[in-house]
Amino acid sequence: MAHAARGLSRRARPGPGSGGVGVVALAVLPIAFLGVLFAWPVVAILRLGVTDGGVAAALAQAQTWDLAAFTLGQAAASTAVAVLAGMPVAFLLARVRLRVAGWVRTFLLVPFVLPTVVVGLAFKALWPGGGVAALVLANAFFNVAVVARTVGGLWAHLDRRAEDAARSLGASPWRAFRTVTLPALAPALASSAAVVFLFCSTSFGVVLMLGGGRYRTLETEIYLRTVQLLDLPGAAALSLVQLAAVILALVVGGVARRRRERAAPLRAPATTARRPAGRERWVVAAALTVVAALVVPIAALVVRSLSARDGWGLDGYRALGGSGDGALSVTGWEAALNSLRTAFDATMLAMIVGVLAAVALVAAGRARGRAARLAGETLDAALMLPLGVSAVTVGFGYLVTLDSLPGDLRTSPLLVPLAQALVVVPLVIRMVLPVLRSVDERLRQAAGTLGARPARVWWTVDVPLAARSLAAAAAFGYVVALGEFGATSFLARPEAPTLPVAINELISRPGELNTQAAYAACTLLMVVTAAVAAVIDRLRTPNVGEF
Amino acid sequence: MLTVDRVTVTYDRTPAVRDASLEIADGEVLALLGPSGSGKSTLLRAIAGLEPATGAVRWDGDDLTGVPVHRRGFGLVFQDGQLFPHRDVAGNIAFGPRMQGMPPADRERRVAELLDLVGLTGYERRPVTELSGGEAQRVALARALAPRPRLLLLDEPLSGLDAELRESLALDLVGVLRRAKTTTLLVTHDQEEAFTLADRLAVLDEGSVRQSGDVVDVWRAPADERVARFLGVTTVLPGEIIDDRVRCAFGSADVPWCPAVAASSTGAASSTGAASSTGAAGSTGAAVTVGLRPHALRVAADGVPGEVVARARRRDHTRVTVDVSATVPEVSTVEAVATMSEAVRPGDEVRLALDPDGVAIVG
Repeated sequence: MAHAARGLSRRARPGPGSGGVGVVALAVLPIAFLGVLFAWPVVAILRLGVTDGGVAAALAQAQTWDLAAFTLGQAAASTAVAVLAGMPVAFLLARVRLRVAGWVRTFLLVPFVLPTVVVGLAFKALWPGGGVAALVLANAFFNVAVVARTVGGLWAHLDRRAEDAARSLGASPWRAFRTVTLPALAPALASSAAVVFLFCSTSFGVVLMLGGGRYRTLETEIYLRTVQLLDLPGAAALSLVQLAAVILALVVGGVARRRRERAAPLRAPATTARRPAGRERWVVAAALTVVAALVVPIAALVVRSLSARDGWGLDGYRALGGSGDGALSVTGWEAALNSLRTAFDATMLAMIVGVLAAVALVAAGRARGRAARLAGETLDAALMLPLGVSAVTVGFGYLVTLDSLPGDLRTSPLLVPLAQALVVVPLVIRMVLPVLRSVDERLRQAAGTLGARPARVWWTVDVPLAARSLAAAAAFGYVVALGEFGATSFLARPEAPTLPVAINELISRPGELNTQAAYAACTLLMVVTAAVAAVIDRLRTPNVGEF
Repeated sequence: MLTVDRVTVTYDRTPAVRDASLEIADGEVLALLGPSGSGKSTLLRAIAGLEPATGAVRWDGDDLTGVPVHRRGFGLVFQDGQLFPHRDVAGNIAFGPRMQGMPPADRERRVAELLDLVGLTGYERRPVTELSGGEAQRVALARALAPRPRLLLLDEPLSGLDAELRESLALDLVGVLRRAKTTTLLVTHDQEEAFTLADRLAVLDEGSVRQSGDVVDVWRAPADERVARFLGVTTVLPGEIIDDRVRCAFGSADVPWCPAVAASSTGAASSTGAASSTGAAGSTGAAVTVGLRPHALRVAADGVPGEVVARARRRDHTRVTVDVSATVPEVSTVEAVATMSEAVRPGDEVRLALDPDGVAIVG
């Protein structure tokens, strides 16, 4: 036994109490990333607005408040539609043992990861005039999946016997649902509604496409003022208003999430699903109707891409080989290739930052000190902020701040991947964190007693156990980066547009061929997205993680 | 040799372990016995290096403070195994040797060797998710032994198993520990487990080590009433030592092993024959506290009379609660045993005779 003991003692190494140093070291990169690429540009923009005194002026204008009211109003309406449509689908996913439920689960990911430009265009194909209804429906279209998957995830784990008890005490099925199930689902419902509200109130591409000149939100107005009117104080003031709303929504979501982690005892999902009976069939029918409604815009897009002036044709696709009708500086295929490359770089960056952050958050959560835990929770919330802050604000902030950095980041081809990574990192964290947290601490301790040093413990225990969800997060990040439009439209160099930027160029130029090419490009983007979505669903650890 | 010197572990300002000191000699098996919540698992984790603690843990005199878990060379087996679900049986057992950089061929041999040792020859390629509870625990033991740890820490290794399996696995474990000759610290709340496996015993209560020593010594002479009650004593009453016998209200018994006997007999030269029956009436012996386990009092033809107030059948005897307040006022009711054939019922008058085997001297 002596040989195992060789060199074991005497060498002073940090003991169990000094894990805090490691956590801090891990957190440095994510914090630096967030600081340089998010906090600094945003603060710079806000300061620009405040020092010019334009904020007070902008806040005094009635138009500002009209914009805020419209933004929140359309977000609330979209959230309501998404929740109403999402609940029956959640029931279908959680409680119904039918083969169609599995397909629905996979299909639901498609609308969620579709690029905003694509969805905007799809609804434009259905409502060429745009308008509020189209806008609300398009926003809801994205987010039905968020409600259905988040609520369905909890629902699948709820013990069915609580409802059975209520029924045996004389409650009707509806009453049992209202008095027993719904309150138990409330945390997931509130958490998903907060996220959806956040997405809808900062939605950019959809509003730009469907709002036309008439309907503007804070997000599009910030874009308009920055890019076209050069009214920076005004844009900064609007950013401030938006930031306040976002933080509020994040706080509500955070509180709800914590309640969910404390939620009632849960069951393995297999025991709660069964074939629908009686009036449950109506709920299933409603869910399938929602799913059918989700297919309509997607189908419209494909149809539109294939219809030429004289019947059917592939003109649009052929036009991608060139530069549309002269709308693009590069060919469609070059833009597509550029998209794939940029999204790859963004995904790599986001995985590095996101996984490091998740590891640091897990370590902070396991730390004994209250300060470490508090720091972890703060970092957790801070890392979610980029989800909600106007991508346009961030993009414009880059133009203001990055010149003062050494090197030439501002014109570097790395800028777009970095900006996209900023959007992807929060999603990676939300997918990876719950899986890493669910790894039993004693499993890691067992590896430690067998001689694995901390880094090796991660590599031999945590990584293999989280491998599937890491792969899923990477795939998910990839499609989100592929479709990112807000920041990219701001930062992409004209000679190297990504596909969503190219689509926006094509659609904003006159000419039937341009429009057709735009629809064709959208269809391509959608096919790639749908394929990746199917892969993600195969890879996901069932019912752990969000989205 | 492991030395635990005044170790204290504090959770949120409340000490879970207080000034605990222990020693385990090379090759020895020490059982750390205590009721649940006594801090025994915490102490084990502190020894493994998984809990920050004050005081010192030493190996052969080297202070291990600041030596992280993976450099201590201490193997650990959890109550529920904690096998790596993404590796098969061989992958789990080979984990430690791999961390030491053992070449693959040697690792394979080591795995086979350990599977032999725990009686699971040929299990290499089994997925660990398909093992039964007993098999999983054997693999966990093999995994902990594979890197030849200088100390093996067992945290309630049998508690997760059903009674029958527990008994047979405990006997197997004795064999494995003897053959592996590994210094072992076993944490358990189960006396049976401790007695089966350990050479020495340390009793932990409310975070402090109350007593440690040879298993039989601790069993016969618990340090105080709390320890005595935890070790199965149900009745405590005053008694006195006269020569080598202890006398109490239920009679007298030979206790040659009692330290008090040795003390009193030094004056009387080398007397202590088992049959020395001095007329003890009224003579002044050393006052002691006598602890009686249920089987120290047997229902018999002769003895202290009492009335049965409750009865419970056990697998191999009948346990009775007897009201003896009329004859022995200091103890109202006592726990006693009867054979299965004796048909005692609540309300019956019985007589209780003292069996030396169940007698302990407390303090």
